[in-house]
Amino acid sequence: MAAASVTSPSPSRLVGSLRLPATILIFLSLAFGVLGIDQFVNAMTLGAIYALVALGYTMVYGIIELINFAHGDVFMVGSFVAMFISKSLLGNTGGISDIPLLLLNVIVVFPLTIGCMALVGALIERLAYRPLRRAPKLAPLITAIGVSFILQNIIQFFFGSTIITVPQLVPIEWAFQVGGARIPLLNLFVIATSIILMAGLQIFVSRTRTGRAMRTTSMDRDASSLMGVDINRTIMITFLIGSGLAGAAGVIHGFYYGNTNSSLGFASGLKAFTAAVLGGIGNTAGAALGGFLIAFVEVGAAAFGYGRWGGAIVFSLLVIFLVFRPTGLLGSHTGDRA
Amino acid sequence: MLKARGVTRKFGGLVAVNGVDFEIPRGSISAIIGPNGAGKTTFFNVIAGIYAPTSGTIELDGKPLISPPTGSGREPILLILPTIPFIALAIYSLLVVGGDTGLVEGVASVAAALLGFVGALLLNIVRPAWYNRLIKRIGVTRPARPNDMVVAGLARTFQNIRLYKSLTTLENILIGMHVHLHSSLLGALFIPRSVREEEAAAEQRARELLAFVDLAGMENELAANLPYGKQRLLEIARAIASRPKLLLLDEPAAGMNPKETEEMTALIRRIRDELGITVLLIEHDMRVVMGISDHITVLDHGEKIAEGLPKEIRTNPKVIEAYLGRGAAAGH
Amino acid sequence: MSGVIAALNAQFAPVRAYFRLHRSLGILVGVLLLSIALPLITRVPPFDGIQSTNAWVNAFTNAAIYAMLAMGLNVVIGFAGLLDLGYAAFFALGGYTYAFVAAPFTGIHLPFWPMLLAGGMVGAIFGILLGAPTLRLRGDYLAIVTLGFGEIVPITLQNSDRFTNGVNGIGGIDKPNIPGLLQFTLINPWPMYGLVIALFTLIMVMIFRLQDSRLGRTWDAIREDELAAESSGVNIVIAKLQAFAVGASIAGIIGVVSVAKLTIVTPEQFRFSVSISVLAAVVLGGMGNTIGVATGAFIIYLFQSILLKQLNVLVENFNIPVLNQINFLDFQYVLYGIVLVLMMLKRPQGIFPVRRRMREFAPLKIGKRGLK
Repeated sequence: MAAASVTSPSPSRLVGSLRLPATILIFLSLAFGVLGIDQFVNAMTLGAIYALVALGYTMVYGIIELINFAHGDVFMVGSFVAMFISKSLLGNTGGISDIPLLLLNVIVVFPLTIGCMALVGALIERLAYRPLRRAPKLAPLITAIGVSFILQNIIQFFFGSTIITVPQLVPIEWAFQVGGARIPLLNLFVIATSIILMAGLQIFVSRTRTGRAMRTTSMDRDASSLMGVDINRTIMITFLIGSGLAGAAGVIHGFYYGNTNSSLGFASGLKAFTAAVLGGIGNTAGAALGGFLIAFVEVGAAAFGYGRWGGAIVFSLLVIFLVFRPTGLLGSHTGDRA
Repeated sequence: MLKARGVTRKFGGLVAVNGVDFEIPRGSISAIIGPNGAGKTTFFNVIAGIYAPTSGTIELDGKPLISPPTGSGREPILLILPTIPFIALAIYSLLVVGGDTGLVEGVASVAAALLGFVGALLLNIVRPAWYNRLIKRIGVTRPARPNDMVVAGLARTFQNIRLYKSLTTLENILIGMHVHLHSSLLGALFIPRSVREEEAAAEQRARELLAFVDLAGMENELAANLPYGKQRLLEIARAIASRPKLLLLDEPAAGMNPKETEEMTALIRRIRDELGITVLLIEHDMRVVMGISDHITVLDHGEKIAEGLPKEIRTNPKVIEAYLGRGAAAGH
Repeated sequence: MSGVIAALNAQFAPVRAYFRLHRSLGILVGVLLLSIALPLITRVPPFDGIQSTNAWVNAFTNAAIYAMLAMGLNVVIGFAGLLDLGYAAFFALGGYTYAFVAAPFTGIHLPFWPMLLAGGMVGAIFGILLGAPTLRLRGDYLAIVTLGFGEIVPITLQNSDRFTNGVNGIGGIDKPNIPGLLQFTLINPWPMYGLVIALFTLIMVMIFRLQDSRLGRTWDAIREDELAAESSGVNIVIAKLQAFAVGASIAGIIGVVSVAKLTIVTPEQFRFSVSISVLAAVVLGGMGNTIGVATGAFIIYLFQSILLKQLNVLVENFNIPVLNQINFLDFQYVLYGIVLVLMMLKRPQGIFPVRRRMREFAPLKIGKRGLK
């Protein structure tokens, strides 16, 4: 099937490489025009959270082709862990307006939660997925569902199934005045944090040895194993990172919305996964893009008074979108096994 | 009976097959040979309807079957067209009228738009004949799919055997007979006598076919459990179960020992002589090719460099150069 | 012990041979015997201590409904190999179809029996509509689109207050009746039990016949190797649509029955968790094995809804002081999750793997006919 002569290379690489950023820019300015600054900032914030969760889905899918149904619940548990640390260990009750205390919170809560959730994620991988690596494809899917069930009900056992308040990190009163609108500092903090995390991930995946191992493993597990990549370790690291990011998203969610509940994982998980698919599953940049896109659709729907149709609109878009572009926005990075 | 005219297939910038003209006379055994990467399998896949050609056409018995797709950019328009009025209505009632009055009409028109879209899509993928004729008028043509080619009288095997591994050999053959069986969903549920007779006859014929390729007595063996050589035989039996006019064999003797190769050669001859099926094969083993082919075509770099009788090919300087130039073994 | 079983096996060999030839009759007799035996067993300790026979029969009815759903989903997943994560949507559509024409909410009161067919038709139509956009997608993309569809349907039902009464759902739905003979009531579980058993038998017979037909073979082929199936002349688009339609119509029919049994329908009954638990039953039961899937679903339902609720009683019998302090009801769902994971780890192919798949996973047989 390989072949013979090569014709001239595809025209103008430059135009091709500029097309995506240009599209994004046009989309953002359109969204800005339609939604206004308040809703725009809201959408960006929600998008940041979706994007962080979506990254975990897309990384795990990219590497072992598993829809990790427990991932949304890892995110949910993360928000509870953050709540627990902030409330019980640091003794916060309401919004934190004291700047040193605020920094202390950031320094303590983020690493602790991320670390906790990374461990939980790795533990889940070790106990529930690794033994099934050579099993029929649906078996790990079912254990993922089982794990999701376990996480959700453990949280319910300890905290009940009602909505729990979380101390907001930055008082909502702190805001910039831009023109006539005010942009809460909290939103900027959320967006900045997630962008830093995502940029860090991109650098990790593209620059480090382990990142390269992750990419080769997702392309061809057997081949990279032959090239000396420790598959189990690589998969474990993928889970560590993905779950850590979900933990960070959990922290952000609690600090931003000021509450959390045990069914959060399922609802947000579903949307985050949709984001991952929309972006082209296995593609980290795509997942981030998909997360923001979905957030814009949801916030847009709400802005026009159809908030409760948000979910239906998101999923309809997904279906229609996949019909025309079956591999997502940026294309799938999982191998073609035709 | 099969006529290819100027068949070209590109993958991105790579030209895998380049302007190949090709003809197979009825009742012949023809072969395509060429060094590795010469575009043989790609050419095969174009004939079998798996890849659409970039240009060129293929006819079977004078009927044009495969031609490059045209107007594919217009297809999405076809999908969206029926939804446009509804989408407009939806936008009007949801965003302009708004509120409670607009909601019902809005939701209804969104639903109507979705239904229209899905309906058009359904036509687009099921492709009833009248729909194909309709889209031809606006300049959209699509090449035949593999299953259309089977209906037209063409069957194939694969280079890396693709059997239904967890099914029995008999079931493999029965699936091969698919296009000649007619029981429907209702027939399956109520099993009228016609269906029962059809199934019994099919099973009888499947057993005969298994016996034909020397697999008698293995009806209930799982395909995965057959030894390699017998898997090849089963795949051929599955292909001829669709009663093709033309059988495409992709490296039928690959990985076989000399004795098995000899049996395979004999089988291919019997398929032509006893069943009257024209055979086209790709093969690396020159003994097989030279032994049974009436007609040989040589591809190199995606282009036809020679064709003719085996003895002509054997002495053709271009062919020798193509093989020796690449350091591969020359024809004996 | 094994000797006794072997002797019994030999004893019943002719019977089994007969039923293999007349399978539909075999299913009928088997289900009938089981459906008589099950209520009898509940009169024997320790089962009689758990709940009344009527409550048991009601639980069996629910379990059978669940098992039928699993059999229907098995057609899509186990036969055709298409991962459908939105199966509950068809169940919902069937249920709402009946609720719409047999409740005070709309004031229409159509009889139950023809609506069984109507529910099936609605399911099939939506199965095809959903199938259409998904057929170009491969593998897990299909799973996501079906998952999305499974979410769209309940959201739409919930938000279309005017037509569906929103979150509160439609109540007071008519029970089936046979005029002049039998009126189904909420108090007497037996007529519904009979109806569900009859339907169960019918669906099982239908599925077995489909599996053995030309259509069933094309599903096998698609599941095994799509490209090879196309090259055998199978129109995979139509075959997949048929699988979706068959699976969805079964869900639609069961939706009608289930709603008529509960007499109320709300969007909450059809959330993603329903699709997921049916999927779990299919995979745990052993994909592709109709009887295995049905049995698996039946057992899982009883385990989840009866056994887990009785944990406190069971543990008390062991009389271990520490354990008696714990209220097991508090984490019955955690236990359910743990059992799900452990079962899957223990038997990745399901409890009753389909025979040919089991052989597929076993190492290649060498020697019987000799590998060259």
